[in-house]
Amino acid sequence: MNNLEHSTDLEKRNVISVKNLNLCYGDNGNGVMALENINLEINEGDFVCVLGPSGCGKSTFLKILAGFLFPTSGKATLDGKEIKKPDSSRGVVFQTPNLYPWMNIEKNVTYGPRMRKVPKEIIRQLSDQYLRQVGLSEFKKQKTYELSGGMKQRAALAKVLVNDPRIILMDEPFGALDALTRVNMQGLIRKIWKETGKTILLITHDVDEALQLGNRVIVFSKRPGTILKEFDVDFAERIQKKGDENEIIFESDYLDIKQKILEIINKQHDEIAEQALRIE
Amino acid sequence: MKRLKKSRISPQHVIGLCTILILFYLWWYVTDREYIKAMFLPSPRQVWETFKVICTEGYKGNTLGGHMLVSMKRLVIAMFFAIITAIPFGLACGYFKNVKAIFEPILAFYRPLPPLAYYSLLVLWLGIDDSSKITLLFLAGFSPIYISCMASISRVKEDYIYGSYSMGASRFQTFLHVILPSALPDIFIGLRNALSGTYRTLVAAEMVAAVSGIGWMVVDAGDYLRSDVIFVGIIVMGITGLILENGILWIEKKIVPWKGKE
Repeated sequence: MNNLEHSTDLEKRNVISVKNLNLCYGDNGNGVMALENINLEINEGDFVCVLGPSGCGKSTFLKILAGFLFPTSGKATLDGKEIKKPDSSRGVVFQTPNLYPWMNIEKNVTYGPRMRKVPKEIIRQLSDQYLRQVGLSEFKKQKTYELSGGMKQRAALAKVLVNDPRIILMDEPFGALDALTRVNMQGLIRKIWKETGKTILLITHDVDEALQLGNRVIVFSKRPGTILKEFDVDFAERIQKKGDENEIIFESDYLDIKQKILEIINKQHDEIAEQALRIE
Repeated sequence: MKRLKKSRISPQHVIGLCTILILFYLWWYVTDREYIKAMFLPSPRQVWETFKVICTEGYKGNTLGGHMLVSMKRLVIAMFFAIITAIPFGLACGYFKNVKAIFEPILAFYRPLPPLAYYSLLVLWLGIDDSSKITLLFLAGFSPIYISCMASISRVKEDYIYGSYSMGASRFQTFLHVILPSALPDIFIGLRNALSGTYRTLVAAEMVAAVSGIGWMVVDAGDYLRSDVIFVGIIVMGITGLILENGILWIEKKIVPWKGKE
């Protein structure tokens, strides 16, 4: 792990630990390698953004952390216990808001606690708290299909927050939203991260999004996905302080890191294009 | 966010109504001028008179209501059993690949068979009373419901199921709160197909060894060249079919209001 610029903070508790993880689709031997030798430690309060070219296996990586897929070799652990199946300790925000149209917003948001048989009064309290946090208090009785895309994703976020998971996994959560709504949602995520101190892993292909949200940015290689580089950044905090991302994005250190990341990604794209040519 | 109020009568409704009126006028016109013999095409008035007679005095032992009741009883019992068996069975086959593997060969063989092909066998086994007819209708209704229930499971969004597990729901809770509701729109498609399937089979079922039922009435009237009775039967069956189908659509809208709005 000598290529990582990240220094481990010993005071923070480790949440996720990934060791020598490989994933191969199909039969062993002649299958397709999707992920190769991934090593990653995520500590409490980290906001890790995973960047990479499309098809690099970053979503596959998230699925393993969520427990939807099982690695071919190596392992991923949460609080020292191996991740074997999905459970409430890892909340997932999908690209399309994962809301059930047969439940209203409130029922959707309280789905987790209801299934886990949390007492009714507590559920009501939680639902009020998190609906307020995402700004949907007035909409709790609405049907999911009566809400806009951004509102739906906010509800999906509340649905995960209400469950108080150890880590929130987000798979390109704003990919399907329009530019304005996306900026709005990014602001909300920054606010929630600050307020709750939640541990978050977010997957994106947008360099600006990664830099403006995370405190750690991880760059994945093309398939088979490996971690090429990690950057520690503090732009999210600075944006919080100034209240506007536009004041940060033209500062020299921001542009510098963005340039470095783009170079890494473009090199990957070039290689993908070369491979494609060779195959032809 | 005001909801636009849709007027209940659209131009298309008016056009549709015009079609009915024109057909009715043509019917009246050709019979009034006696272009076609009454034996082949009775006049609207004659059909109306026959309708009144069958309603009050009946046709061969039963009034129209009586015949309808007998047929509907067979249909409802058959549909009831088809629903309570085919839905769980179809869902189980969709959910557990091995269960499907056990039964699929039998079902794949019987599905394309025209119901009349095995009707004589049913009569042989079950006798000429209602049980053979109800069994035939049941078999006609079973496979459409079974197929759509089975298919519905594979169409449930993967994220819905994953998301549910990530919320801490158990397998059973996920089935009850996520898989079942998301299968509902498909189940209703199956119900509608089953209803029209059984309804169409009804006449066939009542053709053999019956003395009552709306289907039997039409077939029997054919033997005596009573085209007026045939007309009454067909019109009544057509309207009943429409009512049944719209009834299911209405229930579907109440139970699955989110259909197509995700």
